[in-house]
Amino acid sequence: MSDSTVILDATAIQRALTRIAHEIAERNEVGTDVVLIGIPTGGDHLAQRLSKILTGIWGQAVPVGILDVSMHRDDLDRRAAPKVFPTVIPFDVTGKTVVLVDDVLFSGRTTRAAMDALNDFGRPKRIQLAVLVDRGHRELPIKADFVGKNVPTAREEKISLLLVESGASRDEVVLKKP
Amino acid sequence: MTWNRKHLLDIESLTVDEITMVLDTARAFKVVGERAIKKVPALRGKTVVNLFIEPSTRTRISFELAEQRLSADIINFTAEASSLKKGETLKDTARNLEALNADFIVIRHSASGAAHFLSRVLDASVVNAGDGAHEHPTQALLDTFTIRERKGKVAGLNVTILGDILYSRVARSNIWALTKLGARVTLCGPSTLVPKTFERMGCRVTYEMDEAIRDADIINLLRIQHERQRKTMFPSINEYTQLFGLNKARLAKTKPDALIMHPGPINRGVEIDSDIADSGRSLILEQVTNGLAVRMAVLFLLNGGKGPQELAGN
Repeated sequence: MSDSTVILDATAIQRALTRIAHEIAERNEVGTDVVLIGIPTGGDHLAQRLSKILTGIWGQAVPVGILDVSMHRDDLDRRAAPKVFPTVIPFDVTGKTVVLVDDVLFSGRTTRAAMDALNDFGRPKRIQLAVLVDRGHRELPIKADFVGKNVPTAREEKISLLLVESGASRDEVVLKKP
Repeated sequence: MTWNRKHLLDIESLTVDEITMVLDTARAFKVVGERAIKKVPALRGKTVVNLFIEPSTRTRISFELAEQRLSADIINFTAEASSLKKGETLKDTARNLEALNADFIVIRHSASGAAHFLSRVLDASVVNAGDGAHEHPTQALLDTFTIRERKGKVAGLNVTILGDILYSRVARSNIWALTKLGARVTLCGPSTLVPKTFERMGCRVTYEMDEAIRDADIINLLRIQHERQRKTMFPSINEYTQLFGLNKARLAKTKPDALIMHPGPINRGVEIDSDIADSGRSLILEQVTNGLAVRMAVLFLLNGGKGPQELAGN
């Protein structure tokens, strides 16, 4: 696999998450109703990790949900049906500050689908977006509030997040050339 | 695993991975049904024709609701109100419906092979909602989903299917799905309705009710289909109930965690005692709930286009 590069290793991932957590804490005052909602796959595990760090900073539990966005995608009949995951949001989002957590921000279409899907669960006070990697190439007017790392990429390249939670031997973010 | 099928015509031709993908997808759709807003936009702008040439209530309602919850537009076409009564052929009826730009045709028909036939003459995706005594794939998928959800697995379980096997598309589809997923299937009922030829499908056939259910983890009771019986395949309903009806005494001899299923409509007091149907061991109503999730999953998967799946962030 000479054509793949590790762009973030385990330490860098954890450092990026710690920084994102502090930025979230800075932007939203203590006591604000902040909830984290991760987008599978990847974003759900990252949301769990962020929650742990934020709980330490704030001294209060930060709830985590999982939001499947596949049913709200805009390209469903253009490619093979995506893998879908059960949505689990064990709290009311109405009036809360929802931080959407995704692994990679690319076209922005997943984020649009996520905001659409979230609407069916209530009316959040505001929605913020945290991503581990922003790789550019936006196709929609969407911008992340919290970014772990900006990575300039070519459109054909692929970025994968490997986490121990999903069975990988170690955490890393890999960039693969076509 | 990528789903690349355009039609769902039977279970026989599905791979284990494909069956598993439907079941996994259905898990996500089941929780949609538990929300305040039970609708997703996945099939927005798509048109589904429900072509029910043979009477059906629960399957039709289940498909209709599944389609509505996926935001599809629906045309319902039933035998009573159709031009088939006026001499139109199935092919012409279907092509007329397709001329309305239908994307999906869900067909229930009394002739085995009707769904396969339509899939060959139409451009739309065809979903078999039961064809004659051949197959009823979504029923088998929802039964398998229910078993997997309650038992945590399908492989290695003993599943006994009781009753009218010969005329049952539910039995055939279930046998295919269960044996593919590694369950051990036992069939039992009057010998006229459970021919030994089913052993070729990888099942065990027995005519002793007590023996059939003794080691069962799942007991799936099928209705005696009066409408499909030729003449008398067994002497009387009373005798059937005595020999093959599930009552308290028989249930007491089964494993304590054996669960009861039935595709409905149930005939209380015939194949199942009323209080067993209403007991905590009965999965009958869960099957109805799961049927909705499974049918949403099937339509969602068939709606997918060609090519690879989208990868996260790519």
